Amino acid sequence: MTAVREAKASGPPPPPRVVSGRVVRTPSGTVSLLVRGRTVAVTAGILAALLVVAGVTLTTGDFDLSVGEVLQALTGNGSGIADFVVNTLRMPRLVTALCVGAALAVSGAILQSVTGNPLGSPDIIGFTNGSAVGALVVIVVLHGSMTQIALGALVGGLATALAVHLLMLGRGIQGFRLVVVGIGVSALLLAVNSYLITRATFQEALEAQAWLIGSLGNRLWTHATAIGIAVAVLLPLAFFLSRRLSMVEMGDTTAMALGVDVARTRTLLLVISVALAAFATAVTGPIWFIALAAPQVARKLTRSAGPALLPSALMGAVMLALSDLAVQRLFAPALLPVGTATGCVGGLYLIWLLVTESRKSRA
Amino acid sequence: MTATANRPKNGPSDRPENSPTNGPTDLPASDPTGLPASGPTDRPTSDPTGRRPASRLRAENLTLSYDQRTVATGLGVDIPDHSFTVIIGPNACGKSTLLTALARMLKPRTGQVYLDGAAISSYRSREVARRLGLLPQSSTAPGGITVGDLVARGRYPHQGMLKQWSADDEAAVVEAMRQTGVLELADRPVDDLSGGQRQRVWLSMVLAQQTSILLLDEPTTFLDIAHQVEVLDLCAELHARKGHTIVAVLHDLNQACRYATHLIVMRPGGVIAAEGDPSTVMTAELVEDVFGLPCRIIDDPETGTPLMVPAAPKRYAPTTEPAELTPTSV
Repeated sequence: MTAVREAKASGPPPPPRVVSGRVVRTPSGTVSLLVRGRTVAVTAGILAALLVVAGVTLTTGDFDLSVGEVLQALTGNGSGIADFVVNTLRMPRLVTALCVGAALAVSGAILQSVTGNPLGSPDIIGFTNGSAVGALVVIVVLHGSMTQIALGALVGGLATALAVHLLMLGRGIQGFRLVVVGIGVSALLLAVNSYLITRATFQEALEAQAWLIGSLGNRLWTHATAIGIAVAVLLPLAFFLSRRLSMVEMGDTTAMALGVDVARTRTLLLVISVALAAFATAVTGPIWFIALAAPQVARKLTRSAGPALLPSALMGAVMLALSDLAVQRLFAPALLPVGTATGCVGGLYLIWLLVTESRKSRA
Repeated sequence: MTATANRPKNGPSDRPENSPTNGPTDLPASDPTGLPASGPTDRPTSDPTGRRPASRLRAENLTLSYDQRTVATGLGVDIPDHSFTVIIGPNACGKSTLLTALARMLKPRTGQVYLDGAAISSYRSREVARRLGLLPQSSTAPGGITVGDLVARGRYPHQGMLKQWSADDEAAVVEAMRQTGVLELADRPVDDLSGGQRQRVWLSMVLAQQTSILLLDEPTTFLDIAHQVEVLDLCAELHARKGHTIVAVLHDLNQACRYATHLIVMRPGGVIAAEGDPSTVMTAELVEDVFGLPCRIIDDPETGTPLMVPAAPKRYAPTTEPAELTPTSV
């Protein structure tokens, strides 16, 4: 195999395929898209799973409904009781679950991509614990309402991100360091949480404990709308930046040499990621491991060489909705918070991840 | 003619200037200060009046530093158009730093890099990437990516949201992969390749960018000698056939002399010790001065270019008969 080849003389035959995926081009050439069949198939598959989970969630429970009844209720033509069950009880909870799952997954996908480390996720590097501190301060010290707790969680998450950023200042955002600093900050915040709970009255401690295990119970349209707006604004921004994100994964110098404004891209994406995690946590309380696992699963399924944000978002949505369905139906009379389910599954995933990662021992 | 001496005061020494219309007589005035006596020196120039148009890529009075550590001050270079310029120098002399500054990866503390007549900082990132390509010392291939997909990323500066893969993109990528001989590997994951193959893949990514200026930061590191020659031959071919301007940082002096049409020798502290045609620049005095290595310069039997042969450990031996150069301790 010689490296220097005669490039002439081989004009006529059509150029060999070099990239994976199907090319879609308009005749004029103004629009040309590259569609990866596998990504499309996986996305469609997750979407189908999502529809099934949504269908089961809406039709089953203490009060069984047929698909037709649910559809009627959704279009505003349902009977009184079906309307109440679907539109007041089940839909807000489902929509919240889907949006929070998507938000967490994309937040994790961005952080993992920016840090180049599958451990880079908002729950591992302290943003989630930061939100928890914010919420606990409101519960224990300020005795605030639900809305104020959510605001406290939002402020706490953003403040933690800022603190981590300040700790890293001037050294650039290097993936491994961000993860390590974040884990340290996370441990610190956990101690603060424990301290706050020791100062609380019995009632406050119960309330705090309930909040600390993320739950989707009693979520109303206000919750669904809040996280829905956050997702509707932030996800398209993230999708828009995902091409650049995949370039940044090749290293700063390479990405810059290819014309990517690395510093700005990374800052923007980190802000989006932190905001998504903070909004999600504000609405439901800390839900562990969706952000950690969903992007990795999506990436493995699509075998994508980039961050695969859309499949990640769908994967996060379906994982959280499925977890919520499981805790609602499998442990029927007990009101188990969804955080326990994601915690169990996620813990196993984390062990597996740490074992395989340490085997690979990436520098 | 030793390269370190006699700097022509009024010659057309290609000292960069703000206006290409300036006559050579303005030179001493606009000369950036702080340049040691051994600054940029004799280019094999011929015509003291006809100043050729300013090069596409040049730098003026650069102060380069990382955080607190200053690597170079008052550094000016001028990359002749269509040249194969090679930068050599001892470790940590700032040659890679200079290259990253030329590619706008490092913002100079003072001074400016000019690309096609305008300050490089005034361009949009993508515009720079359409004119100038850089092969960094190390890059990370995303896990599981195929060779073809990686090379295709070199087209990024030419693409957009709705123009993800035009016919031009495809042609450029195929051409780049053909030139480097990795076309057959298109479907293989990059992770499976050997070091030499991988370097050729990265090189074809830069080629797919289709810039007529290519900056290569130690393109031969980690390659065995056959692959080193292969990569350099490829660069020489690109230079000869397409008239690309190539700037490479190399470690091997003999390779530098063989391939370069313009040689820049840097000494520690980011100072240019000499530059010009390798056959005039490369002297035993220069090598000893810059690298601290006694040596002899002979003609490369293949190409006639300078060939540096390090002196045997016996100090200052080269003046005597070759018989006394028998290997002793090494």
